[in-house]
Amino acid sequence: MGSTGRMVVGAFGLVALAIGFLAVVFLTAPAAPGPDLARAKTSLKGLYSIAIAPESGEPKQGDLHSWVVTVTTRQGAPVDNASFTIGGGMPEHAHGLPTSPEATSYLGDGRYRIEGMKFSMTGWWQLKFGITAPAGADEATFNLVL
Amino acid sequence: MNRTSLRRLAMAVSLTALLGGCGQPEFTDVEKRTIALMSLSALAPLPPDPTNRFADDPGAAALGATLFFDTGMSRDGNVACGTCHKIDRQFQDDLPRGIGVAETNRRTMPLAGVARDPFFFWDGRRDSLWSQALVPLENPLEHAGTRTSYAHYIKRRFGERYERIFRPLPDLTGLPANAGPFGAPSERAAWAAMTEKQRDGVDLVFADIGKAMAAFERSLVHMPTRFDRFADALARGTAPAGDAALSEEEEAGLRLFIGKASCSTCHTGPRFTDNHFHNTGVPPVVGLPVDRGRIAVVDEVRADPFNCLGKFRDGDEEACGELRFMQKSSPELIRAYKTPSLRGVAGRAPYMHAGQFATLEQVVDHYAKAAASIEGETEIHPLQLSDRERAALVAFLKTLSD
Repeated sequence: MGSTGRMVVGAFGLVALAIGFLAVVFLTAPAAPGPDLARAKTSLKGLYSIAIAPESGEPKQGDLHSWVVTVTTRQGAPVDNASFTIGGGMPEHAHGLPTSPEATSYLGDGRYRIEGMKFSMTGWWQLKFGITAPAGADEATFNLVL
Repeated sequence: MNRTSLRRLAMAVSLTALLGGCGQPEFTDVEKRTIALMSLSALAPLPPDPTNRFADDPGAAALGATLFFDTGMSRDGNVACGTCHKIDRQFQDDLPRGIGVAETNRRTMPLAGVARDPFFFWDGRRDSLWSQALVPLENPLEHAGTRTSYAHYIKRRFGERYERIFRPLPDLTGLPANAGPFGAPSERAAWAAMTEKQRDGVDLVFADIGKAMAAFERSLVHMPTRFDRFADALARGTAPAGDAALSEEEEAGLRLFIGKASCSTCHTGPRFTDNHFHNTGVPPVVGLPVDRGRIAVVDEVRADPFNCLGKFRDGDEEACGELRFMQKSSPELIRAYKTPSLRGVAGRAPYMHAGQFATLEQVVDHYAKAAASIEGETEIHPLQLSDRERAALVAFLKTLSD
């Protein structure tokens, strides 16, 4: 094997080594943290505990469906007479919800039915609930990944 | 150089090529899952339509088919639904804008799978297949007929069939030959002069016409194509071969479609549509009336007497979620138009809601450039696509036809 041949092999070897090194660095780097997917949290100003759950099974893309939102005080007492504004959308696509969901009935024990929810695409969605009740106005944002 | 060195060299070259991303890589598991969800095999069975209790009645569907192709269902006797929705052309007409009695302002939509849409027309101005079917009948540019003329026509030509399927016809004796809420001023006056009971009777026959046509249209389905055979083979873990194979270029187009080009953000699922409305900056056609898309018809669909909340709906109000909870005032509705299904798209130029683009290449070019919308904000962002990538996208779209 001539010296040119050795140099060519050596050069390829070095390139391969460098790429391999970079690959290891990228593959072992910590992944970007995903959105917080908790379905129960304290509202922004701390007035309420809010929990959300789909009413019948996990939602499927494109299906109109309902959620149940449970609102309690921080001491755990159910909150009656709450009113809601419901917004949200896809942060990565800069658009809102494809529908206008509404709280349509009070189910008792601080539970409210939210009808008209739809996720028209797969991906990261945000649901923003504005809550107004005798204790004051507050809000909570939930993340969902479909 | 001896054989060992040569082998080492060959290995180094192939390793570099692999790590450098040259050649055609395999689809990733995430891509494979996405592709599987785009196959026609992933399409759920057609749900029932509780708002139309004749939706799955074969007699109603047969009458609907007759009416769909009957040119007697128009003012001048020359226009049927099938005039623009041509049976051998994917139920569309290859024209930039459909021509009924005169030229309309919108591209004729194909009808495969139409019964799955939550809203109808390019702007979603109706909320059921049966209420959709009524609009062209009274549009002066399409069938141009009047409501009483259709009731009289049904009684004269199909009275016995109608009564066997639906109900006894109302008494039409003495009603004007031409009267309706959208006709000429004299025809509107004649409609206003009828009693409420007479108008209700005619409206009921009119709604039944829509329900019969909807029953027929529920039978129009998408057929599997080469893409579906490819996707199904991929999902089974077998190598797509023969009439299930995609070329390297088509595969590259598919990868772009669900990846870098983000087409599948909206053209998603087995029908390649999210059933929603988007402003994508498609330019208006010079000379046509101002067209603001979805935002302009929000009040119209909510006020339509034949909508889901109206008295002609069968079943209960539970089926009306799409109408009750539709977006009503978002700025995103300005110049927003329906995401059309892309199945069969290569065989039905021109494209967009008023036939703005003559070829798929022009469509891809529009999305790559992402020009600003003349009103509202486009949801599309500019994208660098090489000539080869553009050609690959178009090549992939053609696999949705054969």
